[in-house]
Amino acid sequence: MENAVNFNPEIQIECETGNYHTFCPISCVSWLYQKIEDSFFLVIGTKTCGYFLQNAMGVMIFAEPRYAMAELEEGDVSAQLNDYSELQRLCAQVKKARNPSVIFWIGTCTTEIIKMDLEGLAPRIEAEINIPIVVARANGLDYAFTQGEDTVLAALCQRCPTSTQSNQSKNLVLFGSVASTVSNMLTRELEQQGVSITGWLPAQNYTSLPSIPPQTFICGVNPFLNRTAATLIRKRRCVLISAPFPIGPDGTRAWIEQICSVLGIQPVGLVEREKRVWESLQPYLKILEGKSIFFMGDNLLEISLARFLLRCGMKVYEIGIPYLDQRYQASELSLLKETCDQLNQPLPRIVEKPDNYYQVQRIQELKPDITITGMAHANPLEARNFLTKWSVEFTFSQIHGFAHARDILELVSRPLRRNTSLGELGWTKLIKSEPILS
Amino acid sequence: MKLVYWMYLGPAHIGTLRIVSSFKNMHALMHAPLGDDYFNVMRSMLERERDFTPVTVSTVDRHVLARGSQEKVFSNLVRKEREEEPSLLVLTPTCTSSILQEDLQNFIERAMLTSSSTILLADVNHYRINELQALDKTLEQIVRHFCNKTTVPEAILTTEPSVNIIGPTTLGFHNTHDIQELKRILQSLKIKVNCILPEGASANQLTDLPQAWVNIVPYREVGLMTAEYLKKEWGTPYISETPMGLIGMGKWLTRLQETLNQISNRPQFNFSSFIRKQTFFVSQAAWFSRSIDCQNLTGKRAVVFGDATHAVALTKILTQEMGIYVACCGTYCTHDKDWFMEQVQGLCDEVLITMDHAQVYDMIVRLEPAAIFGTQMERHIGKKLNIPCGVISAPVHIQNFPLGYRPFFGYEGANQIADLVYNSFTLGMEDHLLEMFGGHDTISTKENIQDKDGEFNWDSKALSELQQIPGFVRKKVRTNTEKYAKLKGFTTITIDVLYEAKENASSIS
Repeated sequence: MENAVNFNPEIQIECETGNYHTFCPISCVSWLYQKIEDSFFLVIGTKTCGYFLQNAMGVMIFAEPRYAMAELEEGDVSAQLNDYSELQRLCAQVKKARNPSVIFWIGTCTTEIIKMDLEGLAPRIEAEINIPIVVARANGLDYAFTQGEDTVLAALCQRCPTSTQSNQSKNLVLFGSVASTVSNMLTRELEQQGVSITGWLPAQNYTSLPSIPPQTFICGVNPFLNRTAATLIRKRRCVLISAPFPIGPDGTRAWIEQICSVLGIQPVGLVEREKRVWESLQPYLKILEGKSIFFMGDNLLEISLARFLLRCGMKVYEIGIPYLDQRYQASELSLLKETCDQLNQPLPRIVEKPDNYYQVQRIQELKPDITITGMAHANPLEARNFLTKWSVEFTFSQIHGFAHARDILELVSRPLRRNTSLGELGWTKLIKSEPILS
Repeated sequence: MKLVYWMYLGPAHIGTLRIVSSFKNMHALMHAPLGDDYFNVMRSMLERERDFTPVTVSTVDRHVLARGSQEKVFSNLVRKEREEEPSLLVLTPTCTSSILQEDLQNFIERAMLTSSSTILLADVNHYRINELQALDKTLEQIVRHFCNKTTVPEAILTTEPSVNIIGPTTLGFHNTHDIQELKRILQSLKIKVNCILPEGASANQLTDLPQAWVNIVPYREVGLMTAEYLKKEWGTPYISETPMGLIGMGKWLTRLQETLNQISNRPQFNFSSFIRKQTFFVSQAAWFSRSIDCQNLTGKRAVVFGDATHAVALTKILTQEMGIYVACCGTYCTHDKDWFMEQVQGLCDEVLITMDHAQVYDMIVRLEPAAIFGTQMERHIGKKLNIPCGVISAPVHIQNFPLGYRPFFGYEGANQIADLVYNSFTLGMEDHLLEMFGGHDTISTKENIQDKDGEFNWDSKALSELQQIPGFVRKKVRTNTEKYAKLKGFTTITIDVLYEAKENASSIS
């Protein structure tokens, strides 16, 4: 029980009922099929899964996406049809229509419950149709939203080649799916310190996955990749560099410093670099300073964002988070603590598996200036005069590295700036009745 | 298994949730895994709902899988009952939970012992019925529960003629506007609206349902089961014509008149002069059809696809009221195939009944219509094939939940439809003319990415990075970078300069 161990005894973590709104982890398909350009994602599930994907992705669905549902029918659920021949038929269809380099099977709640042996079926069908099949169980029984990417990357770890391409003694592989401009930027940032990178997981193509020989150093760029980290450590004998995540200039600097220190490199000019970024953020800091914020929690980026916003001078009332791996996020949690200590701020309340109903009551009591929340709650809260920022935007925006600190603040400050222009109008509480939950 | 890229209809539980959240003060508890409460997002975003959607999840997780829900569903039922005090709590199974085959009814019975609310188990099979069938079924289930021979042994009709309108729901296509239009018309005919079901109705209104003289079921997809039930129990007649288009409205009002006259002792209703006045002078649609502008539409080929109600009604309007040639008319309501075929018989060349958008695509490619009237999916097919499309049916996106008054029903609806049809075709003709004369702009729009003046030398890496930036902001990034380079005295723009410029730009947009 990793959960039971408290790695940082000074940090108290509460746990509520887990009754919160988040995206189903199969949503990772929407960004991963774009990232891995020669892939095809087959989500093996029901109409419910399909309906979610098609609505959550909005217009993307019309752009001939490289993903589809293998929709289970009554005959599949009651085992009147044979899983093997059904999947083989669909995969042959996919091969004929798209000819991808890899097919990802995304297992769902239904395949879990009816115990469809996807891992067992995949190698047989893979051999027959001659396309690699990677199985990831990104289901809502076990995971929330961004953790879907974690299950896919963890499955991909096993497919990375072992051979060492170069003779360099220290291999370093970064993991986490980010836009290519972001990965280029972070790569350059490290190269400027003399750190060379073997590759990224995932790469732009399945066929160019990085080689991961034993003793490769690995470092994550996102806080929700604990399973991928564990797989790389246990199955590929990698060495994890535990660092805060490169979100915000403080996080980016700490991330680079940590990598440098493990590799025995003295970073040059980083402090000045961070300082310059903070200077360029001044206009936003003026808006945000002293304002309070409440994270309802749905995408696991919450600790890193809260840490950055604390550094920006905001007060953080609560950090809701679906799941907190204290071991994987250890450095991030330490930096959070350190940030609070330096700024003389109390450590925010961290709530794992939050209960949205109770959270709305706390929001009503605390009256935060901004609430970071999902779309299910955003409009009702706005109608009650609470400013909100839709949390999913943080997942779909570029937020990593020095250059994107501004994009984060652009998002966070948007409701406040919008409100400045509407402030004079007095259109604040736009519901008829007083009770908050009705 | 079926390979599916897109669905016209959602799963059954969406239908149940749409009914429950349409009512006032009812709450749905879904027995579902994390993430299945996406309905709340849709309602909050598409309908721009100000209130919290009354749907909560009793989460099915690993523990439930291993040991069953045990106390979980029970305590969540009790908790929601306490927190929301709803007049009805509907336990809604999902496709996932229905294969667990837990005895959910048992949880309900236990919870009922301690609670003052009523709790029902939504009676829908996820693998056999779709969203629309579940709408119909759940509405009937709720009505039957509150309004039956025990609670209402005898129906006493209202003294004034009155009707129930059954069918408008949350997330329904233009439903609020449609009902407002029907209410206006009924009001001018001095017919009272007894109850609107389910949107905005509360549980205690349900026992009043049998007091209405006539039930009105304007949408084919929802309400028929309820109307049948009310007819069987209390003999309330119902009319199921769709009040769409001028002819449709005329027929609907005539049916209403006949039905009301059968109930009252002496025939007292005659709507014919009302129909005439509205058709000829209040609505502009009849005159519009005669005006010479509309002459140009004669014989234009159209394709219609949507739910049964809207596809049928629009086909009738196009062919009978506007002289447009419908090459193919289709629906995704495969469960209502026979009715659909019968309705559009003789009005179009072909009928297509399918849930597969690829078949719709192929049909449109083959028929090459001048305009399409369909759902959001057909709009995108039209975009791809360069054929204009008017959206006439769900599934739709947020732009089809307009703020302005946009009914499809009634005489104002006829105006709206005439505009929609005409604008689709005009745009189509404009497009052809543009094509004939070589388009708006004959110069290639492909941006020359290398600097024209040669003031700055972009190295290849920086250029390829610039190309990564989406087209619509690329120019701005380029200008900003060059401005920055000028300021700093760089003549060559490397990738570093590009990034530096990005970091130093601190303008707040």
